[in-house]
Amino acid sequence: MNVRALLILLWLAFPAQGQGFAGLGQGGEGFALPRPDPTFAFPADHGPHPDYRIEWWYLTATLTGDDGRPYGIQWTLFRSALTPAGPQVWMGHFGLTTPDAHFSGERLARGGVGQAGVTPDPFAAWIDDWSLAGPDIDTLTLQARTGEAGYDLTLRAEGPLVLHGDGGFSRKSAAGQASYYYSQPFYRVSGTLHLPDGPVEVTGSGWLDREWSSQPLQDDQDGWDWFSLHLDDGSRVMAFSLRGGSPFHYASWIEPDGTLRPYYGDALTVAPLAVTEVAGREVPVRWRVALPAEGLDVTVAAMNPHSWQPTLFPYWEGPVTASGSHAGAGYLEMTGYE
Amino acid sequence: MNRAALKALTAHWWRHPLQLVTLVVGLALATGLWTGVQAINAQARLSYDRAAATLGQSDLPRLEGALTLADFATARRAGWRVTPVLEGRLPDSTLRILGIDPFTAPPSGGTPDLSQGDDLTGFLAGNVIFAAPDARLPDGLPPARVSEALAPGIVLADIAAAQGILGTDTVTRLLVLPDQRTGLPPLTELLPGTRLVEPQMGANIARLTDSFHLNLTAFGLLAFVVGLFIVHAAIGLAFEQRRPLFRTLRALGLPASRLTLLLAVELLGFTLVSGALGILLGYVVAALLLPGVAATLAGLYGAGVAGSLSLSPVWWLSGFAMAGAGLALAGGQSLWQLAHLPVLAPAMPRAWARARAATLRRQAVGGGVLLLLAGAIAVLGDGLVAGFACLGALLLGAALLLPPLLSIVLDLGTGRAKGAVAQWLWADARQQVPGLSLALMALLLALAANIGVGTMVGSFRATFTGFLDQRLAAELYVYAADPGEAQAIRAFVAPRVDAVLPVVSVDSTLEGAPGQIYGQADHATFRDNWPLLDAAPGVWDRLAAGEGALINEQLARRTDLWSGERVDLGSGGMRDILGVYSDYGNPLGQAILTDALFREVFPGIPTLRFGLRLDPADVPALSRDLTERFDLPSDRVVDQARIKAFSLGVFEQTFAVTAALNVLTLGVAAFALWASLTTLGTMRVPQVAPVWALGLTRARLAVADLVRALLLAAFTAALAVPTGIALAWVLLAVVNVQAFGWRLPLLPDPAGWAGLVLWSLMAAGLAAAFPAWRLWRMAPADLVKVFVNER
Repeated sequence: MNVRALLILLWLAFPAQGQGFAGLGQGGEGFALPRPDPTFAFPADHGPHPDYRIEWWYLTATLTGDDGRPYGIQWTLFRSALTPAGPQVWMGHFGLTTPDAHFSGERLARGGVGQAGVTPDPFAAWIDDWSLAGPDIDTLTLQARTGEAGYDLTLRAEGPLVLHGDGGFSRKSAAGQASYYYSQPFYRVSGTLHLPDGPVEVTGSGWLDREWSSQPLQDDQDGWDWFSLHLDDGSRVMAFSLRGGSPFHYASWIEPDGTLRPYYGDALTVAPLAVTEVAGREVPVRWRVALPAEGLDVTVAAMNPHSWQPTLFPYWEGPVTASGSHAGAGYLEMTGYE
Repeated sequence: MNRAALKALTAHWWRHPLQLVTLVVGLALATGLWTGVQAINAQARLSYDRAAATLGQSDLPRLEGALTLADFATARRAGWRVTPVLEGRLPDSTLRILGIDPFTAPPSGGTPDLSQGDDLTGFLAGNVIFAAPDARLPDGLPPARVSEALAPGIVLADIAAAQGILGTDTVTRLLVLPDQRTGLPPLTELLPGTRLVEPQMGANIARLTDSFHLNLTAFGLLAFVVGLFIVHAAIGLAFEQRRPLFRTLRALGLPASRLTLLLAVELLGFTLVSGALGILLGYVVAALLLPGVAATLAGLYGAGVAGSLSLSPVWWLSGFAMAGAGLALAGGQSLWQLAHLPVLAPAMPRAWARARAATLRRQAVGGGVLLLLAGAIAVLGDGLVAGFACLGALLLGAALLLPPLLSIVLDLGTGRAKGAVAQWLWADARQQVPGLSLALMALLLALAANIGVGTMVGSFRATFTGFLDQRLAAELYVYAADPGEAQAIRAFVAPRVDAVLPVVSVDSTLEGAPGQIYGQADHATFRDNWPLLDAAPGVWDRLAAGEGALINEQLARRTDLWSGERVDLGSGGMRDILGVYSDYGNPLGQAILTDALFREVFPGIPTLRFGLRLDPADVPALSRDLTERFDLPSDRVVDQARIKAFSLGVFEQTFAVTAALNVLTLGVAAFALWASLTTLGTMRVPQVAPVWALGLTRARLAVADLVRALLLAAFTAALAVPTGIALAWVLLAVVNVQAFGWRLPLLPDPAGWAGLVLWSLMAAGLAAAFPAWRLWRMAPADLVKVFVNER
């Protein structure tokens, strides 16, 4: 096994006895832990929090091309601290999904030399020649490419930041595991996708997640299903379901003006409807997502069931469409399907 | 009905277990040889890649100059895929430390395992370092873990940790990884004051070994063909002998299509069993030969490589595919005939009918056409596929010509024989040719393949060592980091060497393709040693006078420009070609100008490389002093003798591998011969019995059989030698040129050929010994039994 391959073990798992996403449940001794009732200071909090073990800048967008076809893109920068005050390691993920193809890419970098990093003001997040940057978090340009595909996009926020859970304190288990979690779900996106067959001009909606923590999962939670949906009436939904011995459900209902209402436990129903074999695993690619308190009951279906990210720790991440009580589009992430 | 029919069909094999064994073992041997060679090839290739990546340096272009990790980040952020390496001497020690960045280093088997516990954290923090066994680390360093993959004298650490140990914030070089994006700003513009250094010897050796691997693949294919002949013989015989059974089954109402299907199912069963056996056999072959392969790599790169062998699914698939294809090829003809014959026709055995002149004529015509075709492809063909087609046509043609030629010789012998016994012996041999022809063909192919490949390997080795002697004539090569260091090194070595030969080069477009132009001093070293394939009169004097350029074989062959013509050297101008030199292993075009002319044309290029001529006995001392005085990384002071020793080690090992494969292929051929002779021995009793009854003793008959087998083998060998030489020529002069752009001279090896002929005679003798012994010990009652029905 070479150094890269073992990073998966060390990335989120600590020490390395955990496997893949289950490792998120490992201990965070010596690291700072999220506390209830946080007070965020922006733009400083858009930057890294090296006292915490893991952190990410997670951008997804559902797009429509000038050829009328739907597309989706993902760009993520992960930061991981191997020890408190110790070496920082960065990892970038690239995803570009079309109805019949999925392109992915991955970059790794050591911290402290400038190969990868984040600055809050002016905002810039980068690894190698991939970057998400702008004067501030509301006005960004995104550039990344792999050997096969790439994108050049501009993002303009048309609404406020929203804080998930209790003012940005996002619980992940009944036992108290939690993270800091806020989003910018109101980006208007336009730009160019570079596909093997040539460039495509696109427009659409983007969603940036910011989350950091030191021990976000409980030991017996072994994966999650995470949804972000832009609904046709202008509202947004974020919902996640943590699987395993201590399942945990949460949803944020976001009004078009940014008002957020959190829901826990049985208020949210998330159930798989159909599975497909993807990369040798059975992965659910059709879901029922219901939040009766807000009148939401939709079927969420993958645009391309083979949106598999074959990265160091592989997972499913791709654009979805919603139909039922509401119509809409968004992104689905599924981890921990072994 | 299916079951009954299948039972009837398989009952044949229980009654003729020898045929069953021949078929299964023959196919298994063929598949095994193929798989084994493939496995050795694949594993060696993987090991090469790993070994190259271990040191990472040998075959990647590198950026050198005053560099820091910030420059590394700048290059990465501009889109360049580069990885930093720091190399330096450990204080108070003879060890060198190699600092790498585990996140961007190319995946390699040489990078140590960091998957346990907190290893990565420890590595990044400098608490975990690695060294070759027996390394004695100076105080103040954490205890090193042992890594077999590291060259002796090297300590491996994270680059930041290495910087801390060496007390520097620089890096020695950035390695430029393969598969870069297009349209990036040049690295030398992005990071001013740096320069790009192209890989040197290592890559060339790797390309040379690529050529060797290709030839080994061809050898594997030949071995498989030999096996196919055995299978073809066994299946043909089984079909012939079951003709009465086929007729009975058909007469009982079994449709022809069903019968064909059942036989196809039977063949599929053989494929699975023999294929599986063959793959396992191949694994054993590879495992037995692999230590040699791994040792070879260790010699080449100075870095040990795990000699592990993994049985990958691809092998299984390719093994079954080859076994299936072989059986389809061997059994398809018989199946097709069967499906198209009238109901009662299959009862007539055709085995002896094959002796008919028509068959021989067909074989003669077919063989002749194939040989002509091989010649035509060799002359007119283009591309690697054409090279292999030529190879195939040559071998098949020679094999097909064997029975007709043999018949002619035996006919002549019969005509001239004096006395009844002699005449009978000749005629009897003639009678046996159809039954033995396939086995003899297999022997011919095996021997020809061995002679061809042996010659190829020998030529390869001789050429390569000669090339090393000639091209690496200087005892020591030194690479300076910058002009200042170059100046200092020159001054330092001047009193201690016989001559300093500057080597300077620049990238340029040669006749429209990328290449390099070298400046070279006029010195006896070059005049005496450089091998010229083609030269104008007074070539060296004219070169020294700046009247033209030398170009390498690759450029000459690609453009078909030779001495006396003019060549476009791009920024080097139009020049007269004074000569063409061989340049094995280099994929690019190359041209040489004399030093003075080079400086005139390219005034800004600094001379950073030198060849040093000195007494070989002084080399280690000077090498050590240079390393210490200028703190040069190990790859900047290259000892010619070391490179030669590594390279020669490679070919000693490959000799061992080919010798082992020789024994195996001859073994396969001998097995075929033995199987055929044993079968014939049973069938020939009615012919032998009357001769015995007339007074020839069984002992004499047995000796006659043995001698006859040896004579047939000798005749086969006589035909195999020219075929093998032609095969070697095709490998060296057609396949190699098509694949790599340079041609290797064919060096005859009569002693080796004679040895192989002797081996094949021994194999034939062994194969014939048992049937002869059986005849000698045959109970007279069995012989008398032949006459029971005579009236």
